[in-house]
Parts: sequence; C-alpha cells; structure tokens
Amino acid sequence: MYRLALLAVLPAMAAVDYVTDVAPLLKKRCSGCHGAAQANSGFRVDSAPALLAGGYTGPVVIPGKSSGSSLIERVTSAKEGFQMPPMGARLTAAEVSLLREWIDAGAKHNETPAVSTAPKRAKHWAFEPLTRPVPPSASGVRNPIDNFVFARLAKEGVAPSPEASKATLLRRASLDLRGLPPTPQEVSEFLADARPDAYERMVDRFLASPHYGERFARPWLDLARYADSDGFEKDLVRPWAWRYRQWVIDALNQDLPFDRFTVEQIAGDLLPNATVEQRVATGFHRMTLYNREAGVSRQEDRFEQTINRANTIATTWMGLTAGCAQCHDHKYDPISQREYYQLFAFMDAAQHEDIDAPLPGELGPYLRAKPSYDKKRQDLLTEYNVPALQATFETQLIKAIRKPGDNLEWDFWVTSCTAMVERCQQLWLKPPAERTPREAEMLTDYFIANVGPDLPRDQAVLDKIKELRTKLSELKRTLPRFTQAYTMAADPRAEPTHIALKGDYKRPGLAVQPGTLAVLPPFNPGQEPPRLAFAKWLTSVENPLTPRVIANRAWQEFFGRGIVKTAEDFGTQGDRPTHPELLDWLAVELREGGWSLKHLHKTIVLSATYRQSSQTRPELKDRDPENTWLARQNRLRLPAELIRDAALAASGLLMSTIGGPSVMPPQPASVTALGYGSRKWEESQGPERYRRGLYIHFQRTTPYAQLMTFDAPDSNVACARRRPSNTALQSLNLLNDPVFFEAAQALAIRIDREAPPNQKLDYAFALALGRPAAPAERERLAKYLDLQANLVAKENSAATLLPAEPSLAPWVGLSRVLLNLDEFMTRE
Amino acid sequence: MNDVLSIHARRRFLQAIGGGVGTLALGDLLAAEDPLAPREPHFPGKAKSIIFMFMEGGPSQYDLFDPKPELQKWHGKPLPESLTKQMQLAFIKPNAAVLASPRVFTKHGQAGTEFSDWIPHTASCADDICLVRSMHTDAFNHHPGQLLMFTGTTQIGRPTLGAWSVYGLGSQSKNLPGFVVLSSGAGTSGGATNFSSGFLPSTYQGTPLRSTGDPILYLSNPPGVSGDMQRAGLDAMRDLNQQRLQATGDAEIASRMANYELAYRMQASAPEMSDLSQESKDTLDLYGVGQAPTDQFARNCLMARRLVQRGVRFILITHASWDDHTKLNPNLKKNCDITDRPTAALLKDLKRNGLLDSTMVVWGGEFGRTPMQEIRNTRDPEGAGRDHHPLAFSMWLAGGGIKGGQVVGRTDDIGFNIVENPVHVHDLQATMLHAMGFDHTRLTYRHMGRDFRLTDVDGKVVKAMLA
Repeated sequence: MYRLALLAVLPAMAAVDYVTDVAPLLKKRCSGCHGAAQANSGFRVDSAPALLAGGYTGPVVIPGKSSGSSLIERVTSAKEGFQMPPMGARLTAAEVSLLREWIDAGAKHNETPAVSTAPKRAKHWAFEPLTRPVPPSASGVRNPIDNFVFARLAKEGVAPSPEASKATLLRRASLDLRGLPPTPQEVSEFLADARPDAYERMVDRFLASPHYGERFARPWLDLARYADSDGFEKDLVRPWAWRYRQWVIDALNQDLPFDRFTVEQIAGDLLPNATVEQRVATGFHRMTLYNREAGVSRQEDRFEQTINRANTIATTWMGLTAGCAQCHDHKYDPISQREYYQLFAFMDAAQHEDIDAPLPGELGPYLRAKPSYDKKRQDLLTEYNVPALQATFETQLIKAIRKPGDNLEWDFWVTSCTAMVERCQQLWLKPPAERTPREAEMLTDYFIANVGPDLPRDQAVLDKIKELRTKLSELKRTLPRFTQAYTMAADPRAEPTHIALKGDYKRPGLAVQPGTLAVLPPFNPGQEPPRLAFAKWLTSVENPLTPRVIANRAWQEFFGRGIVKTAEDFGTQGDRPTHPELLDWLAVELREGGWSLKHLHKTIVLSATYRQSSQTRPELKDRDPENTWLARQNRLRLPAELIRDAALAASGLLMSTIGGPSVMPPQPASVTALGYGSRKWEESQGPERYRRGLYIHFQRTTPYAQLMTFDAPDSNVACARRRPSNTALQSLNLLNDPVFFEAAQALAIRIDREAPPNQKLDYAFALALGRPAAPAERERLAKYLDLQANLVAKENSAATLLPAEPSLAPWVGLSRVLLNLDEFMTRE
Repeated sequence: MNDVLSIHARRRFLQAIGGGVGTLALGDLLAAEDPLAPREPHFPGKAKSIIFMFMEGGPSQYDLFDPKPELQKWHGKPLPESLTKQMQLAFIKPNAAVLASPRVFTKHGQAGTEFSDWIPHTASCADDICLVRSMHTDAFNHHPGQLLMFTGTTQIGRPTLGAWSVYGLGSQSKNLPGFVVLSSGAGTSGGATNFSSGFLPSTYQGTPLRSTGDPILYLSNPPGVSGDMQRAGLDAMRDLNQQRLQATGDAEIASRMANYELAYRMQASAPEMSDLSQESKDTLDLYGVGQAPTDQFARNCLMARRLVQRGVRFILITHASWDDHTKLNPNLKKNCDITDRPTAALLKDLKRNGLLDSTMVVWGGEFGRTPMQEIRNTRDPEGAGRDHHPLAFSMWLAGGGIKGGQVVGRTDDIGFNIVENPVHVHDLQATMLHAMGFDHTRLTYRHMGRDFRLTDVDGKVVKAMLA
C-alpha cells in the first residue's frame, strides 16, 4: 500500500516490478475468474507467461504499449459488459498507472512458461480407460450380461423376474428387432416350437430380416436430425434427402461395422477413391437446417449449420453436451471454448456438394437418354434466345453483386438469388467457360424460372419464356429418373477457424486448428485430412468414450432407458451408470466383436435379463421405483412410427417395400396450412399410403401430426432419446384418424377372410396382440359385439362403417377396440 | 423431475374416471404428478390467462403507433450515413430514401396516447393499453425474429412462450388443452415452431384450433361411428385395459385410460366451445362476426374470450401477414380493417365480463419497419413499402398485471433508434412471466446438461409496464 501511495505521487521513482507489484494486484482483483481454477475466456493472470499469452480474444498486453493493451482499456472502461472487473470496486487510479507503467516498461518478468496451463480436473468415469471387466459370479445366467445384473440383484437380496411367456417374448423380440409385430403364423409356429434353441433361431431370423435396418435406422435418424425439408420460413422440400436414409438402412442391414459406419458418415468423401455410397453417407452432415429467407446473412447461417454439426457429432459419438462451450468454457465438463472450436474446425473446412447418386438400374436408361435430351434442351434454349437473354441478365446481376445500392431492383434480385442458390454470387462471378455443366445448368434454370426485373416489362418476351418453361418441364419428364444426393466435400477455399467470442460469429477471436479434447486420448492427424483422422480417432482403440456411448444407446433400445439414463450426456451433469461394469463389458464386446451392432444386439436379446417378465413388482416399488436394478423388463409405449406400423401390419395394409422416397399419408389440409405460404400436402396414392412410419415425409415447420403427437423429435438437433408422453390428443388420434380407421376396416375384413368362423376372435388377438384371447376378454368382447351389432342395425350404419362389406360392420368396431388398447401400443 | 412429468400424467385424469382404477392403490397413483394440474407460481401473479395476438411479419410502427413528423423533412432523401452505416437490412440498402407516413395521429384516453387514424377502435381502448414504443430485437429476418419472440433464441428447437406458461402454471381447463392456437390470414414463417414445446414434454405444445374441419385434429368420430358406438367402444377398451392393469400393475395404463376418457369429454366440450351461436347478437356485432372483412379474425378473438372463460391458460392468435415490403398503404389498411375492431372488442368484452384484470393481452409482431422506403418496381413509386427494422418498434399490452393508459419508452425524432427505456424481447418475456408470477431466471428446465429458460441469459423485468 505504501508503495502504491508513493507511486501515485512519484511515478518515476522506481521501476515497477512484476513479482512485488503487478502479480499481487492481479491476484487480488482478477484471479477469481481468470486463475487456475477458472480461466474465463481462456485468460489467466496467475503467471506472467499466461498473462502475456492472453485469452480467446488474443493478447491483452502489448509490451511497451499500454495505450493499445486491452487490459488497460478494460480496467479503465465504464461500459457495462466490457469493463473489468465486471462488478465491485473499480481499480484505483494508482493501480491503473502501476499496470500502465509495467506494460510501458516492456512488461518484463523472469517466469518461464508453465508445462501445462490447463486447469486441473477431477477424474470422471466416462473418460477413464476402457478395459473388459471380469463378470462376477451369479446364478441363473444365460450370458455375462446376466452376471452383472443378477449379482447386483443378489446384493440387494432380490431375485430376478421369471422369463416372460413365449408369446410375449416373440412379440417383444419382433418389435425390438424388426419394429413390426409377429404374424399369426409366426405366433403359432413359435408357440409350437419346443426345440431348446427356438428362441435363438427366431432372434437370428429377425436379425436377418430387412426390417432390422428400418427398425434401427429410426433412432439413428433421430440423432442425424433427419428431415425432408430445409426448416425456417420457406421450408423448401429436399427431394433427395431420403437417399441418405436409404444408406443408413442398407448399412445397418449389412451390419457395416460401426467404425466404418462412423468414418463413412463423418468423412466418407475423404476416403481414398471414395465411392458414391461413401459420399452419400456424408449426407449425415446435410441434415442441418438451412435458412433461405431472403436477406439472411449467408455467413451467419453457415456458422449456425457448422455449430449444429459440431454439437451433433458431440452428442452422437461422444455423449457430450458440447454446445455449452459455443459461448464460454463448459461450466461442468472438460470442454474449453477453444476445444469446442477445435471440434467445430473439422466441419468448418467442409462445404455442401450435391452429387449424382444413381441407384442400381437407373444409370443405363439415363445415360442412353441423356445425349438426345441434352440436344433437345440446347435446341430449345437456342430457339427461345436464352443465351442472349441470360447474358443481359447476368451482366446486370453481376453489376449489382459488385456494387450494391445503385439499382434497387437488381439489389432485390441479388438478395433473392443469394438466399435460394448455394454459393450463388461465387457462381455468377465465375466466367461461363469455367462453370461445370451442373453449375451452368443450375444457373440457366434459375434464370428461366426467375428472369429478373427487366424482362417481364415486355409481355411478348415473357410469354415466350412461359412457353419455354412448359416445354422444358415436359422435356425433363422424358428423361429417366436419376437419383441425387446431398453430401459434404472439402472446401478448397476454407479459411482458418477462429473462436467466436461469446458464440458470436461476428466476433472472431484466436485462430484454432482442428483438434479434440485434452481429456481424451491424443489426436494426431499426421498426413491425413483432419476430418478423416478425427472420424478414425472416434473409434480408435484408445478412445473409451465412443464405445461406451454406443453400447449405452443399444441398451436403451431394449430396456427403454440406458445404463446411463442421460444417453445424451456422459458428462459430470449426466446420470452415472447404474451398472458401470456391465456398460464397460458391453463397450468392449462391441469393439472387440468387430464393431458389429448385430452381434451386440443379439447378445443383449439372448440374455436372461432381457427375457424377464415386465410385470411390476409391488415389493420393489419403494426400493427401486424406476427399476434401475432391472429386476424385471420394462413396459414401453411404442414410438410414433411403430404404432402406425403395427396398425398397418395387423390390418394387412402395410406395404413392406424397403427404402425409397418419402411418402405423404392422408392428413387434414389444416396441418400444413399453418406453415408459410399455406403449403399443400400432396397425399400419396395407392400402396404408397401404407408405407412404414419411417418413410413419412418430415416437413420441419409443419410435421406430420401423428408423429408429433406421439413424441417424435422435431429433427432440429440430435435427439439421443425420446420422451414418451401420454395425452388425450393421442387418444383422439388413434380413435379417429382416418389412417387408423382404415386399418380397423381392413382388419375386420382380414379376420373374416383368414380365420375359421369359430376362431375369429383369437385370430384378431393374434394379429393385434400376438396372443390368444383370455376367457374374460372373450366374454367381454362377445358382449361388445352384440351391442355393436344392435347399434349398427338400429342406426342403419353398416354401409357407412364398411362400404366394401357391410355385413362385417360390427367387426370394424371390434378392430377399433383392439387397435386402441394399451397393450396394442405397448411392447410388454 | 422431467421424467416424472413425462411418464406420469395422472391425478386429474384419475379423479375424472373415478372408479376406473379398480383395486390398484389409488393413492399411489395420485401421488404422482399430473403435468397439467394447476400450479402455484413463484409469487402471486395477476395474469391467470394470456392472449398473445401475434401480428406476423412486422406491422409498421410509423403508420400505427409512433408518429414522427420530423420524417417529413427527410421524405425522399437518404438518411445521414452516420446513422445507417452499421445497419444490416434484409432487402434495401442503407442509402434508401425516407418514406414519411401519410397517417394522421390523434390523442386518445386520459393519458393522451397518440394512435393512427387506421386503428380507431384500438385507440378507443387507450386507457387500458400500455403502449411500448421502445421494443427492440436481435433478428432482422422473419423466422429468426419469431423464434426470438417465442423461444428466446433465433434458432429452432426451444420451448415457446405458451409452452413455458403451461409448464409453469398448469391449466385450469379439464376438458380442453392448456395452450391453444388460433390463426387467420396466410401461414406464418414460423409455422408450428411458434407453438412447439421444444424439449419440454409434448403435453405442453400448442393445439391449433382449426377453422375448417374439426376444431381439434381428429375430434370427430369416423364416418358411421355414432356417439353411442364411441361410448360402447370406450367401455370395452376400459374393461380390457382394466384387466391389463390388474395383470401388469403398470400405472401407465391407468393414465392411458384417463386420457381416453378426457378425449371423449373433449369430443363433447370442444364443439360446444366453438359454437358461437350461443353468443348474443350484440356480442357478435361488437366483434364483427359474420361481417366482411372481420369475420375470421373476429371469430378467433371471440373464441379467445370463450377459451379464457373455460380455463385455457395460453391462447396464441396469429394473423399473417403484415410484411409490407411493397404497397404499404393499401396492405396496411386492409389488415387494420380486418383486425382493429375485433381486437378492441376483445378488450372491451373481457373487461365487461370481469376477465381483463386476470387476462394479459399482448399485441405485436417480431420486429418493426424501416423509416426508409423499399421499392421493387421503380415504375410504381406508389407501391413503396418498408423493410424490416429490428432496432426500434412498437407493441402493446393490456389487462392482467399490466398498467394501462401509458406509453413506455421513446424513439428518436426519426424513430430509428431508442432514446428512452429500451425494452428487448427478452425484457418483454421477463415482464410477461413476472405478471404470471414467475421469476424468469428460476423458471427452468434441465436439458442436455443445462438448465434452460425462456429468456436465455438475459432479460430484465420492466417495472414501468406493471400495474
């Protein structure tokens, strides 16, 4: 204090010393937020080298220049949000001049850089090395999973539940592995199969079914935030999004090892001699929202998409809520803001690329037709004077791109085109000779569809263009269909990634290199492109996190909750594993089993733990209310898509083709009318109406109502687990939606066609519930059928209820009862 | 707590179906939480119901609420560069010429608040209205602006204001959803994202009340299914579910049974609720029901009052679109003619029914419009409009918890920037939650490892707006 007081009067008396003068001041006033325990904005003042290195904004001390040093700007500023310290007393004039003097004298010190500047962290289970635990001994086991679960139960003095009935096991495994209920034939065959390995045979059959890929594609598409439209205002349809979905279904059906599944989706385009399929896989990154509202900053939208990609990868493969570190160091988990932008940098160096992605059989007819199509198109363009008109349009547009503000009308067209066409300005500025044929065609199509402000003033020319549009679209229809795909590719113009200060893309801070988290195994890309190296690093043998995250989500699919309940958060704020050793065992089993998901799924399904009855156990209600010990199976309400699938399958309406474009089942026009421009819902016709829920077109701003009513995710960010709700709107949906009523009508007819007259009710139960009816149920439903028949007669409504076969009308009511039972929409 | 909410949806439903639960211990089920049961907020709030009248697209504050005679001097000339150089605009360039408003403003009510000649009915409610002339937002495009207004951020995915309200307060309606959406005009940029429950359980999402077909999706029985048949079917389901409940002991089944009964009651009560023939001719005329051009909007306003009377917590009325980039004068006139009278009728009707003190009404768009003109066709200067302006715009509030008969905030002489009492969208949200009885920093939901709230990391309660 004495020295400070003197300094104020006699600033030149003695040189300011770092150790005795500067360090104590900074310690007292700044180290609470910028010290070893907490280094806000990546800035620390607890050593001279750290102080001089600065934080995410860059250096804060410029030796010799106090007036340009942001340290001085901040401690002297009066601006809220900028001044430091942010609250409490300001630095005194004497303290400020002490700092100034030290900086002006060259900011000298004698400290050497510390070895590590990262704050120390307590150990956290998820980041610890992964080894295969030895299963504890236990009785009644079928495989090592049971050793872990039953040993834990034994410790609590609790016996596992008995195995569920055969009928329940069949329906459970069928829904869990194929997402479809068993057929009556499968029910009777399985119930009659007394071989000891009957269950395993059935499981193998289901694993080999092409519906396996559909079933497990859905939770993966939840993570990939799959949708068929851009999101935001115009919410334009993405006609080829399904091509990526197709890839996921195929990959799962082929049991593509999960490490390859990972590499191809994150960086398939960077593999040597990448195949079309490997590039299609990168469509994973293309599922982000895209804002085409005119006037939106393309730079901002690209930043938001990249943020979304970084967060999605962190959730999907690392089980981390990295998004918190977009704006500041993660408050709980070891993710600094700098590390976040290192992850971000992998995706920041990539750009969109739409490619030809023909399916088998498409290429030949297309190539045969293409030359004549090209010639006809060119002839039309020439005939209608397009090259000259487009050249005029381009000249004006380019003028406005280069010098905005001169011509209001053309400014509008630049804004509009920038929103609609990716990299639009870059493409228009490219000399025509350098444009690829795809680019040239896209720009010409854009011109013909939009024409700009001048041309419409000449009605005759405009009429000709309209005529041309019709002719071109007719011509296009003659060209055989040729599937496209949305993919990612390296961006040749990529610039270095910067930390976005406070998460704001307009405030670039320090530049960062692509990289991962210090708390995880080292990442060395070597000669490989960083994104590819990162994809391989995720499933490298040193990385303990990814196999744990993937094994946990697999478990979740079969028990309704993960061993770590917060499947999206393996950080310190997430739940701890209920069975940590079991999780590690499964993770190692996955990795050492050649990353085979089918193998992992089979292991789980064959366990005695999985096969237990789901009957609640009143004696455990207080001790284990959430069934975390797994003393029984859980009853799970089916996800939105599978409720639809089960109704269509039971009724026989289901069209079981695998893959292909999305479909639009019937729904009232009022659902999509709520969106911008009152969008039309083009109802699919014929068998396409009866495709599985997985294939329903997902329009982001006005999604299909039944999906949302039954808790499908909104597809904007990665969803690692759905939260099933139980609402009255769901009841209305299943009772009255024409889709479900049509299923009830078809079921009534199917029962009559396929079952002997005295077995109709049992057959109906087998179709809807996979089991025969119990006597009490039989009795109750007989009473219902009588009443229903009376009502139908009294109200004379048979022909309305079932126009195709009025005599069966009472059975429509019965089918409707079955399709609305809790058991019908539940996996027991 | 999240999963308790999403898994158990009980108490009120069980009370509703009474004996349906059979031998299962009723008390155990009742102990679990019903996500829609009415709940006490942090402190007593005055706003028990909220009606948000969302005027999509951004109505022009220059032509409705914020008179700027000074603009006459600038008319046809660009603004000084010093004012506009940092400005990011959707379509026009900062050097666009100024467009002075041709509207006539007069003073209304005891406070003498100025309103434009195109909204005389709204102006007649001046003593109930708190006009905020100093709103500002971060977004200058529609969908991000709407997301900020409803969810507190410009990206899609978070819960909306209505969802937060019902999450916080529950609902008082036993037979209707807690959060209802009424729309007119074109669709909005935000679509369903303006009433989504985001990461909150879907129980809290807004239910659109449709003007064509069923008022609630799938409300009507399928063709040929009479009320008696529906009842007979539900009885059979109940008995079979009951047997299943006994066999498995899973309380979720009881909840499902209760929801089927609630659905059945909704089938009866929703048509009753939307049947406006019960209203007197005076009331219908007050709103302008059955008259051009007000009919549709008037129906929605009247419906809002009926929903409030039936205990619905949050009502979102949307009208699209006020996005007048071109032809500002005719388009604005048209929207005013549609909405002005029904809007004022709603305030008056709530008041005469003693509901205004407990119902907060909010009116406004996602941003305002520029003082400069936008011209897309240089040969039609009469077709001038205004671009989006996020830096200063007007909204108004009335009723529950709000102090009427006043103006909050002031903009500069040309309305470009705010000079007094700026109110950010987050501040509006904080103030609305305060009026409902919530500390906006404590109404949170844990998601992806973080406690989220409507106001993100900002928001200050604007005391001046509160009664």
